[in-house]
Amino acid sequence: MNLHEYQAKSLFKSYSLPISKSELIFSIDDIEKATTNLKAKEYVVKVQVHAGGRGKAGGVLLTKSPEEIREFCKKWLGKNLVTYQTDAKGQPVSCILLEECTDIEKELYLGLVIDRATRSIALIASPEGGVDIEKVVTNSPEKIFKVFLNSSNQIKEEEVDSLSKGLNLNNSQKSDFSLMLKNLINLFTEKDFSLIEINPLVIDREGQLKCLDGKINVDSNALYRQDLIKEMRDESQEDILELEASKWGLNYVTLDGSVGCMVNGAGLAMGTMDIIKLAGGFPANFLDVGGAVNKESVTEAFKIIISDSKVKSILINVFGGIVRCDVVAEGIISAIKDVGIKIPVVVRLKGNNSEIAKSLLEKSKLNIFTELDLSKAAKKAVELSE
Amino acid sequence: MSILINKNTIAICQGFTGSQATLHCSQSIEYGTKIVGGVTPGKAGQIHLDRPVFENVSEAIESTGADTSIIFVPAPYCKDSINDALDSGLKLVIVITEGIPTLDMLYLKAKADEMGVKIIGPNCPGVITPGEAKLGIMPVEIHKKGKVGIVSRSGTLTYEAVDQTTEIGLGQSSCVGIGGDPIPGSSFIDILKMFEEDSQTEGIVMVGEIGGTAEEEAAEYIQEKINKPVVSYIAGVSAPPGKRMGHAGAIISGGKGTAIDKFKALELAGVRIVKSPAEIGKAIFEELNS
Repeated sequence: MNLHEYQAKSLFKSYSLPISKSELIFSIDDIEKATTNLKAKEYVVKVQVHAGGRGKAGGVLLTKSPEEIREFCKKWLGKNLVTYQTDAKGQPVSCILLEECTDIEKELYLGLVIDRATRSIALIASPEGGVDIEKVVTNSPEKIFKVFLNSSNQIKEEEVDSLSKGLNLNNSQKSDFSLMLKNLINLFTEKDFSLIEINPLVIDREGQLKCLDGKINVDSNALYRQDLIKEMRDESQEDILELEASKWGLNYVTLDGSVGCMVNGAGLAMGTMDIIKLAGGFPANFLDVGGAVNKESVTEAFKIIISDSKVKSILINVFGGIVRCDVVAEGIISAIKDVGIKIPVVVRLKGNNSEIAKSLLEKSKLNIFTELDLSKAAKKAVELSE
Repeated sequence: MSILINKNTIAICQGFTGSQATLHCSQSIEYGTKIVGGVTPGKAGQIHLDRPVFENVSEAIESTGADTSIIFVPAPYCKDSINDALDSGLKLVIVITEGIPTLDMLYLKAKADEMGVKIIGPNCPGVITPGEAKLGIMPVEIHKKGKVGIVSRSGTLTYEAVDQTTEIGLGQSSCVGIGGDPIPGSSFIDILKMFEEDSQTEGIVMVGEIGGTAEEEAAEYIQEKINKPVVSYIAGVSAPPGKRMGHAGAIISGGKGTAIDKFKALELAGVRIVKSPAEIGKAIFEELNS
């Protein structure tokens, strides 16, 4: 799960991390109070969406004029922002963050992430902030400084020293930075995050450190014990179909192609997408119906797949293990009847009782093609989608 | 020979009385696996599947002499269960549970390493040594005792690989699901090492997927240390970046963890790669008969 910048900053604030004075604007009526409260010489106005690249897409404004703030808010509230990270539709803007503008001396980068290779929390710092950090990693790796925390997730003095040195901090900044790192680690571990990115972390004209942006990813597996964070979920930022699917315990991801897929198991679902591509077609989605393949889950999966109008054929690939294939076949037949599927469906059922399943599907007289061989099934589904 | 489990493995099940555990333990017992009891806090003293239920792992070990545990405990309580298993002196802990918070696994993995205990999973189908023992949720019918060792991050893709190696007549030595989470208890390398040392295993199938760098690390290891033929398939060539593909660990982030990079690393290491999951069986057959 992702958080908005303003949510990240409110968490930074509660962990004593330095942020700018700010106000939130949810409607035009909030603007006057917000500007009066801030009384800044200059403002930064930022639309709040779950996507990077807001600045280049026109979603960030630097201004001294309350009138311009009004224009900006009118322009964006209730609209969608399209950036290089969003789809063509963009992300809806329902909140705008108004901040006092900071005089920046230097932009730095600071990130915390779970590093899978070392199985630890990694702290990553760079004196090259404000730009895409991946580019720094590729172009000037000598400007990336990393520390991997030990299993008690505590940072040692010499590790603080090495990061501070990498960022060229002076002594007073270093002691602020040290405290900042401890607070960030506490925030990360207490709230079950998988990523915190502060880009940029800046040194202002007074020489003070400040978090000017904040990106946070939360470990979805831990939401059951993170009530405060769970409330921050903004479903308007999520794909409607993906959201609907998750309510039924289905893992669904929208893709661009025309062959809809329904598969049990995440790995096999990806494998099915790959094999569709090898057969010359394009998958319309990733869909893992999970271990319990039954009439209800298949029915909901069908509804979600066909609500994407690009889908011209459907490939069902189920490896019957604990679930018997004949039971799955019965579920498929009744779901096709219930939902009223008009497009062709190719079914590959493998495993337990697959022969019985095949004859059940063939006898149904529905628009179903059965195939035991995965490659042939994919080929058939691709042909039917053309 | 085989790896991790065999007919002499004495196992208990944590979360024994739950519905999933009951279903899968019944099948394991029927397969001949020595599951000698279970743990469900609050239900000690009961008899379940004709076997005793204990309050904790220590008591279970004391009465049964178990050396291995299979865990079905729901994610919110699973950290406590794994801790109990680690603290009690078991050698092997197989965790089927899906949805354990990553930070819990960071802690548990470090602790298990320190204590020299192997964890398989979480979020995995478990382990089977065909003809000897099954501690997992895989369908038994597709397996056949034989010469291919299978290690995979995905459940149903493992079944594909098993089915194909059975149909082509090779069979399996042991099959290990290491799970789809970002911090698995055992890595590809841990399992590859065991297959290399196992006399029954003649060839290895490694099924990876997008996310992380475990396959790249395995590629390096294979090049240096593995002499048996390895066939590998990586799922997710067509997966978009930034999207979690079902498994918590299956995500391409910051341009890292793509299937293309993984295929490339494996190919450079001399691994026979297959681009289609339908060609795993054929490829390992060719490698073993060339």
